[in-house]
Amino acid sequence: MKRRTFMKGSLAGSVLAVAAGSGLLKPTDVLAAGWPKGAFDAQTEADMLSSLYGSSSAAASGKIRIKAPIQAENGRVVPVKVQADLANVEAIAVAVAKNPRPLATSVNLSGGATGYYSTRIKMGKTSKVTAYVKAGGKLHTASKTVKVTVGGCGG
Amino acid sequence: MSLSRREFLQLLTAASAAGFALPGCDNSSTTTAQTATQSATPTDPYELKSFGNVSFMHFTDCHAQLLPLHFREPNINLGLGNAYGKAPHLVGNKFLKHFGIKPGTREAYAYTYLDYVEAARQYGKVGGFAHLATLIKQIRAQRPSALLLDGGDTWQGSATALWTQGQDMVDASKLLGVDIMTGHWEFTYGAERVQEIIKNDLDGQIEFLAQNVVETTFEDRIFNPYTLKEQNGIKIAIIGQAFPYTPIANPRYMIPDWSFGIRDEALQELVDEVRGKGAQVVVVLSHNGMDVDLKMASRVTGIDAIMGGHTHDGVPAPSIISNSTGKTLVINSGSNGKFLSVLDFDVKGGKVSDYRFKMLPVFSNLIKADAQMAAYIDKVRAPYKAKLEEKLAITDSLLYRRGNFNGTFDQLILDAQIEVQGADMAFSPGFRWGVSLLPGEAITREALMSQTAITYPKATLNTITGENLKVIMEGIADNLFHEDPYYQMGGDMVRTAGLKYTIDPTAKMDHRISDMEINGSAVEASKEYTVAGWAAVNPVPEGRPIWEVVEEYLKDIKVVKIDKPNVPKLKGSSGNPGIANI
Repeated sequence: MKRRTFMKGSLAGSVLAVAAGSGLLKPTDVLAAGWPKGAFDAQTEADMLSSLYGSSSAAASGKIRIKAPIQAENGRVVPVKVQADLANVEAIAVAVAKNPRPLATSVNLSGGATGYYSTRIKMGKTSKVTAYVKAGGKLHTASKTVKVTVGGCGG
Repeated sequence: MSLSRREFLQLLTAASAAGFALPGCDNSSTTTAQTATQSATPTDPYELKSFGNVSFMHFTDCHAQLLPLHFREPNINLGLGNAYGKAPHLVGNKFLKHFGIKPGTREAYAYTYLDYVEAARQYGKVGGFAHLATLIKQIRAQRPSALLLDGGDTWQGSATALWTQGQDMVDASKLLGVDIMTGHWEFTYGAERVQEIIKNDLDGQIEFLAQNVVETTFEDRIFNPYTLKEQNGIKIAIIGQAFPYTPIANPRYMIPDWSFGIRDEALQELVDEVRGKGAQVVVVLSHNGMDVDLKMASRVTGIDAIMGGHTHDGVPAPSIISNSTGKTLVINSGSNGKFLSVLDFDVKGGKVSDYRFKMLPVFSNLIKADAQMAAYIDKVRAPYKAKLEEKLAITDSLLYRRGNFNGTFDQLILDAQIEVQGADMAFSPGFRWGVSLLPGEAITREALMSQTAITYPKATLNTITGENLKVIMEGIADNLFHEDPYYQMGGDMVRTAGLKYTIDPTAKMDHRISDMEINGSAVEASKEYTVAGWAAVNPVPEGRPIWEVVEEYLKDIKVVKIDKPNVPKLKGSSGNPGIANI
């Protein structure tokens, strides 16, 4: 593991999200910071968006890049990176359409942060993975399909 | 062995290709692939007039076959979508016609299944490291600075490789003079063993390259991605590309902290980097599988040649693929030690101006065994000799493995599982390696191990519902027949006995498999079936290795007779040049 790479990654993401992920904050601290329970419990992406951002309308954007494998090596930990080349990014969320509860992750970025977020998500089966990026008061979106497959037979 | 001069001249010319104006940075000139005749008359069937100033030799997927063998090429290798009717998805006479090879010749025997038994008896065995060694030395004598590239799947595939955890092949590769390799089945010995071999055995002799293997947390590379070399004062770069789907197609637990993938964006960055460092020739040593290589060549620019393996396609002429800035040669060099490819570049004014390519079938009885390698092979086999050569049964039929849906050797493994394990049906993985046996030959333990020698060999017996059977079959079919090569994993369709079905490879995921029947009755979604299998990619708590199951069966039946393997009913594939009925 390269420390510099780690630092680069943690600085780019929201400080709160990284702190929660590495166990530096107790769950109650995270909750105190405003755990969006309704959004994480939502069973459709529309409900999830309404709960998170108060509106479910999002415009497709060519300025959002999702980096994820086209086929997951392990559905339980699928690496996903979201890069949004948009000004004033306020929040990034990642949703997995075919998961029973689509919202996989949601971060709020403090002022001046780059629109970059790297995480691992869990996927039950092949699905569209969608990034929602709130920037300049508007919601932007892009998606990519990640295949979760049975193994065997290569060779 | 008699080989007429005319015959070996044919051999030389039909498999050669020449052309102009390759890759990297030039799209203006026309590239033509043409059959070239060597200007000098060779005095030896393998004499290859040297050309240009940068040369590579390439073999791949030898699967630890140190000794000469028979290896039957497939009569079903379907190409779908953009791959329809194109190399490598041609079989039999369609293959011969496409590449201008005469039926009935020694070369037709090397590249196709046609009249396999008769041709094998006439032309003999192929491959073998002692014979390959002689050939490599001969090519090296003509091209002293040539590099020897090994595409991987070298440490796995034989009893001795398994019993020595790859050591016999590591030492054989060093003796052969391999300069650079990449991998796939190598990883099934586990991350620790791979690292140990690289550190203790390969260091200073063989470079193990893979740009697309990273550790899962921070994605730092595990292996060197490329190496810079020089030939005749010309700087060249070789970039390694390991099998992208190793953690899916093989057990993830062997390499829990490594992540793979195609990573063609990272590859593009590397190509640009090595060009920036002055490389005038860039070659990717790949274990992608040929369809993935072809797509990658169309997307990544600045590569002169991809020398690939994995899908075991022996293709006697390069596929020339255009991309946005130039052209790239895609070469795949077969498997099991059958072929050695020789690629010569003429580099002028900082770039490739011309090339020659020749794929040489390794006919064991035309090449004198290298004494040093032969002695090494004897030595490495000595402690195991009696065990290896024990005869388990005799076969009355041709036993082979390759083909999209089944082979007779697979059928034998399936029959053994049903009988010994007492199952409703059996699965056997669609591996593409292992020797072929001619009618009348003994099935030795060594031959059986050439079909089964893996580090996760446990035979399993599970109860699976009809619904889940369908899910499994659809998933595997999609890994093989997905219209986008980047989703294809190589290998072939899982083999089945007890279960009959219809498949439409041209359909979409979840719609390819129909009419599933087990022992004459339609499969019911909620009904549970007893299913025998082996080579599970998830950890299996207990079970005998598959070779013990098959051995028990062989010793019981004594004589094997399988004239035709059971294959599913095919839909949507009539007229496909990748299929020939036998």
